[in-house]
Amino acid sequence: MPRVAWLLVVLLLVLHQDWWLWENDELLWGFLPVGLAWHVGISLAAAAFWALACFVWWPDDLDAIAGKGPGPLKAGADPVGEPEARS
Amino acid sequence: MNESDEAQMRMLVIGIYLVALVLVGGAASLFSRGTRKDFLLASHTVGPVLLLLCLFGTTMTAFAMVGSSGEAYKKGIGIYGLMASSSGIVHSLCVFLIGTRLWAFGQRYGYTTQIQFFRDRLESPLIGWVLFPVLVGLLVPLMLAGVIGGGALILSMTAGAFPDWPLFDHVNPALDGGVPAWLGTLVVCLVVLAYVLLGGMRGTTWANAGQTLLFVVLGIVAFVFLAEKIGRQDNPLANLQWATGDVDPELFSRERMSRYSFLAYLLIPLSMGMFPHLFQHWLSARSAKTFRLSIILHPVLILLVWLPCVFIGILASAVDLPAAIQSDPNKVLPFLVKSQLSPLVSGLVTAGILAAIMSSLDSQVLCVGTMFASEVVSGRGERRRFSDGTEIWIARVFVVLVMAVTWWLSWWLAGNRSVFALGVWCFAGFAGLFPLVFTALYWRGLTAAGAFSSVLAMAGSWGYLFWKSDWGANQEFTVPVRIGPQLVGLEPVVLILAASTLALFVTSLVTQRPGAATIARFFPAR
Repeated sequence: MPRVAWLLVVLLLVLHQDWWLWENDELLWGFLPVGLAWHVGISLAAAAFWALACFVWWPDDLDAIAGKGPGPLKAGADPVGEPEARS
Repeated sequence: MNESDEAQMRMLVIGIYLVALVLVGGAASLFSRGTRKDFLLASHTVGPVLLLLCLFGTTMTAFAMVGSSGEAYKKGIGIYGLMASSSGIVHSLCVFLIGTRLWAFGQRYGYTTQIQFFRDRLESPLIGWVLFPVLVGLLVPLMLAGVIGGGALILSMTAGAFPDWPLFDHVNPALDGGVPAWLGTLVVCLVVLAYVLLGGMRGTTWANAGQTLLFVVLGIVAFVFLAEKIGRQDNPLANLQWATGDVDPELFSRERMSRYSFLAYLLIPLSMGMFPHLFQHWLSARSAKTFRLSIILHPVLILLVWLPCVFIGILASAVDLPAAIQSDPNKVLPFLVKSQLSPLVSGLVTAGILAAIMSSLDSQVLCVGTMFASEVVSGRGERRRFSDGTEIWIARVFVVLVMAVTWWLSWWLAGNRSVFALGVWCFAGFAGLFPLVFTALYWRGLTAAGAFSSVLAMAGSWGYLFWKSDWGANQEFTVPVRIGPQLVGLEPVVLILAASTLALFVTSLVTQRPGAATIARFFPAR
């Protein structure tokens, strides 16, 4: 993953530690605790971040390593050795 | 309907669910190709939706439903942040960084177990002999907790069904007429065995997918019905507003929770990177891109399961619960379901909780059986001694043996609550092995000696801290450490992870790396 993706992961983890809401017992719409609503937001933000990661920062060498298709590996290097022939 | 009829109705619903699972296994067997790769890895044909449901169902144990509501009842909404939203970030990180890469190497070199990967990566056949007992030792308590929990759930939900049957008499008269724990656990084990043996990985995957859908939907159903029952208003929003009006406001905050524990618990979901049963599911994926849906939607599925159950736990504090339920929060959800919902709905929700238990148990037993078969009997590659057909039967025999031992232990340890405490410790142990798998994939400098030290440091620190916690009996156990003027209680997972990481790096830096050919195999030039 590129550095910006790691920064976003760290940001999510920092936001997850919402110490500023620790003692807040207010309810949104008369039933939803603010702290719980924040963490529901964290879950949705995590899903959005991973969607971004999967489509923008997807590792493009996996199929080549798996021997299933071309990838960014150096031509002729055969860096991953013989394909499996065991089963 | 009298009490006996209601309990019989719940038993009927549970029975139909269990029969359906066996039929799924039978249907999966019709698609078998008769090869070892098909039985153990479904011939790498699992697509995105099945993989998502299967990985999620395997990762979520009964704690996602029963434990979450119980802990919310005891400590408030903080349990969601402590275990659910953190897992939404870290689990997907593990699949993105580790699952996809292990899948690629597994495809290339034909692995079926984690140990085979580590043997090749570290050029050390001996690593298997160290890792094998550690992995099995950490996995078996999780299986035991599932089996014992399943038996206890069936007993409590069927109590009163057949009060005149002497076989169904119990020490606690309130449970008379219910299916005894030894029989309930036996049925759970036999049903899991049936679909695992018939369908192998394909049967397990199909059953897992169905079970996941079931417990996601039924968790929401239980919440909606319970809110209506407790609120007694004319619309869902009014039900929630009325019901939360009677709840202790402290449960809406995190005043009953330690800030340091909240931070330390971010490390627990790292355990996902080293679960051997997930490794086997990862290998069943059709392609690398198959993982995308699992990575993206895993946090959303966690939300759908945990949010209703946490809410149920909070709403439970607005209900007058018997003292026996108040003192054991794990009984809060089953009690509410049984006492507040109709027999049909409570039977369905019980099936949902059993689904959460069994969707982890099946993968665990298949994985342990596979490890025994691969490591103890079959050998690998050029060293393989048997035909595919024979290897499938060897795996089946080991699956049966592992399940038989688990059932026997569950019967022997029934009523021993420390099994559940041990389950929590097992997650910390797997998290302590995370540095090993991460560096094996991303650091050329990892050596076999570094791996040995890391595993031994994890096992040593884990064993020492487990002993200090009275073998898990002290569930609030932390290690007091002075940071500046403050005395802070460090969670065991922090120390276990620190010990295994330190041992790994220090030893690897002073010992010889694997050869250039091995490094080239696992670190492709770009």
